[in-house]
Amino acid sequence: MDQLLQHLLNALILGGTYALLGIGLTLIFGIMRVVNFAHGELYAFGAYMMYLWVMVLGANFYLALPLAVLLGIVLGALVELVLLRRLQGADIDTTMLVMIGAWIALQNMEQLTWSGVAKSINTPFPSAPLVLGAVSVSWNRLFVFVVALVLIAATYALINRTRIGKAMRATFQDRETAALMGVEIGRIHTFTFALGSGLAAAAGALLGPVFVVYPTMGDLASLKAFAIVILGGLGSIPGATIGGFILAFMEELGAGYVSSGYRDAMGFLLIIAILLIKPTGLFAQKERIG
Amino acid sequence: MKRALTIAWLLLLASVPLWLDNLYVLHVLIMTGIFIVAAMSLNLLLGYTGQLSLGHVAFFGIGAYTSSLVSLGFSVHLLPSWEVTLDPKPVWLGMLCGTVLAGLCGWAIGRISFKVRGAYFVIVTVSFAEVVRLVALNWVELTQGPMALNNIPYLTLGTPDLLEVSFLRKPANYWLVLAVAVVSYILIRRLVASRAGRAMIALRENEPLAASIGVDVTRCLVLATIVSAAMAGAAGTLYAHYVRIVDPDVFLFIYTVTMVIMVVTGGKGTLAGPVVGGFIFGLLPETLRSLQIGPEVQWVIYGVLMVLVLYFLPQGIVPALRDWWSGRMVNGQWRMAAPHSPLTIRHSPDEAAQ
Repeated sequence: MDQLLQHLLNALILGGTYALLGIGLTLIFGIMRVVNFAHGELYAFGAYMMYLWVMVLGANFYLALPLAVLLGIVLGALVELVLLRRLQGADIDTTMLVMIGAWIALQNMEQLTWSGVAKSINTPFPSAPLVLGAVSVSWNRLFVFVVALVLIAATYALINRTRIGKAMRATFQDRETAALMGVEIGRIHTFTFALGSGLAAAAGALLGPVFVVYPTMGDLASLKAFAIVILGGLGSIPGATIGGFILAFMEELGAGYVSSGYRDAMGFLLIIAILLIKPTGLFAQKERIG
Repeated sequence: MKRALTIAWLLLLASVPLWLDNLYVLHVLIMTGIFIVAAMSLNLLLGYTGQLSLGHVAFFGIGAYTSSLVSLGFSVHLLPSWEVTLDPKPVWLGMLCGTVLAGLCGWAIGRISFKVRGAYFVIVTVSFAEVVRLVALNWVELTQGPMALNNIPYLTLGTPDLLEVSFLRKPANYWLVLAVAVVSYILIRRLVASRAGRAMIALRENEPLAASIGVDVTRCLVLATIVSAAMAGAAGTLYAHYVRIVDPDVFLFIYTVTMVIMVVTGGKGTLAGPVVGGFIFGLLPETLRSLQIGPEVQWVIYGVLMVLVLYFLPQGIVPALRDWWSGRMVNGQWRMAAPHSPLTIRHSPDEAAQ
């Protein structure tokens, strides 16, 4: 029983960062119709920026975190402006192949810059975990969870309460009409991609110190993000949030009770199950067409 | 005229081991040939149906592992008390099993993911490859995990007393790979020209229209996936019995990427595209290596090259050359040519799903 509680707690804490990854990807797909295979690279980029600031330049941990996220936003905006801006109106396969090219180039640049050796990042948190009765949680993970929740809440507020959020929702529902109403679609795309990339970089910057940082870490992050987004329905933000937690629970319980070697296979099983049962995902939103 | 040219090309390719002394170059050519077969199989999906399989290496690896295991024999406990043992079988049977099993996996993947259109197939295939890699890594009793399957027998045909051909040395393997490549090429050409093939192209161009004139879209896509997966599996069996060691690294994502780059650069949806792209990207790593350029830089170059090709030669090298050859090239026409003809109407996946 205690073991189960511990697994559930671990899953809850991991789920927050998974949700961040999923929300970023689903925003980019929903608004831009881009299958962003470079998403995991932004995650790895966030983790490496954290490493750069904390371990190489010796910056304060709490200062390094927003800096890493900011750099992720800047990189995302650059990718959109340089690679995707000119492809507006191209079909979904072309943009997907371009993003695959970007993925390979970015990942190997990381390998080139930082070498293939896994790196760890020091944290200012005490190493003794917080013990709550039968279960315990490390202070670092608790911090990760709280920051992830704050970021999720901020993203919701941004999309539902602000002017640019309204423009994003309008673009999602009907791009042509939104453009007719004066929404600058190009600017919305840049903003969306930068926001999605920033969320992925935040997930990387938060989880980097918990695990280790290595160049191919983005591959699994991409796959998990895709599983989350398919689970929640492509383009649905609540779906991605809940999907992130569901995947975390499945992984944690699967690793605990089935086999830890197949932990990362859970996302695939989830995708297969969803495609068999409800292919449009659990929370797919209807779009207006035409 | 055209036929004579084809035969001349084939004779030239077949004569390579007779005048080429350098065994290393021959080895590079054999590996290139194996990858060209895999790239051709990917082109059937990506080029002719418009569906990208981003886990193609899974079918390749399944072919390699199955063929090796059947020819080596194995013994595994499916349950603690239930042991399954297979005695070593002839290599040709192993290669057949590998091809068939890869095709079956293609069928299963196709059936599941073509329930909906769009990005799903890509995502299912890419995660399928990851899961197969995890199985190869973790099921040590069957696959030896990271210790790899060693001493895989080479292919022998015929009987020892009468006439026996063994594919141990490089020239024999070269001819074997060439033969499989030619058979695959002819198979794809016939399939594409057949009724099913024309249906595939129709649904790539405009799926709702194709469906409206009676094309069974899902059936066509699943059929293409089966053929494509089996062909990739066959390439994997060639790899296993030539290299004679198979480890979970055959499932590395970079091999899928290599195939995708070969197809996209050469020209997707053309018969010669994967062959041209395959030669370029089969021989390029060796050139880069001789220039002292490390693998990371090589992959960065691949990634950038892929983006540049999509920008400036969206159709690939072969169609661009063909346009140039037939003199239809207007100034800069193919430079930023639209990725699809104006008649093509693309639909987003969700619209198709609804």
